[in-house]
Amino acid sequence: MKTEKKWLYGFILAALVIIAFTNPGSAFAQDNTPTDNDVNAIARQMFCPVCENTPLDVCPTEACKDWRELIRLKLTEGWTEQQIKTYFVEQYGARVLAEPPMQGLNLLMYILPPALMLAGAAFLGKAFLSMRQNAERSKISIENDKAAESAEDKYANLIEDEINKREA
Amino acid sequence: MQQPSAEPTGSERKGMPAAVQAVIWVLLLGLLALVAMGLKRTQQGTVQIGDKIPDFSLVFFDGYTYEGKNEVQLSDLQGKIVVINFWASWCIPCEDEAAALESAWNAYKDSGEVVFIGADYVDTEPEARKYLEKFNITFPNGPDLGTRISQMFRIKGVPETYFIDKQGVLHYIQIGPFASEDDIHTILDGMLGQ
Repeated sequence: MKTEKKWLYGFILAALVIIAFTNPGSAFAQDNTPTDNDVNAIARQMFCPVCENTPLDVCPTEACKDWRELIRLKLTEGWTEQQIKTYFVEQYGARVLAEPPMQGLNLLMYILPPALMLAGAAFLGKAFLSMRQNAERSKISIENDKAAESAEDKYANLIEDEINKREA
Repeated sequence: MQQPSAEPTGSERKGMPAAVQAVIWVLLLGLLALVAMGLKRTQQGTVQIGDKIPDFSLVFFDGYTYEGKNEVQLSDLQGKIVVINFWASWCIPCEDEAAALESAWNAYKDSGEVVFIGADYVDTEPEARKYLEKFNITFPNGPDLGTRISQMFRIKGVPETYFIDKQGVLHYIQIGPFASEDDIHTILDGMLGQ
């Protein structure tokens, strides 16, 4: 009797294990609910248009809470990140994006800083080159002066020698 | 013996070409002009009473129409007084005036001389719909897509209500909620009596 029960329990256990591992689809039901991380991954790429300079993922206002819920809803409906961002731009304007689109006056934000940095680097490079050239020129000038001085000394010595000879 | 000259020659002393300098100055002045325009716009405040309001259109939420259309164009409303109310579902003070606005709309809508329009500012549609249902708002309402209309009026917050006269000129601005429905009647009756 005891052996029969053991077999029965063993059979049930084995059956459960087989069901659990051979049919994972039913064991782990599809869960399409986006997590907070999924929502925040998109929300942090946007800014609250009401309270300025606050990223949407950390914005505590009721409006931002509603927008995060809207992102969750759109994700649940299968929208992609790009579709959601496009929707938000249509609804609230391009200012909601943390990285404004590269068009119109926004282009200035992308072009000006690197252009200014390049111009600054070029200016510094030119100034450095000019300083080096000036230093070299000064060096040459000093050497010329020394050469001229020594030449003058040479003639002065000759004159002095001549004077000494005549006096003698 | 020819000595090397320490003085830079004319060509060495030559700086940036004049054309490049001119381009840099133009760019800098352009940038300054842009910043100045931005600052002016920021400090300008809302549109002013007496200003002619530029044309705009608003597509209504599903279920809302005006004269059978689900979209309204301001220029089509010439000859009528237009009351445009900016609101949002997340705005608590907006709730204080919602019932008064609806009641005032019901008082004037049959005259055909006054049109109320609700512009929903940076809101989500599900929450906006809940709000409209909660206060049983029947006057035409739609989302201010891309905040284009609110930017045109340069609103500073919600609620704000703008009264545009029959010639399309701004007559009165209400910043914040109305204290009572009587305030709306006083303004509109004054405009209608003119």
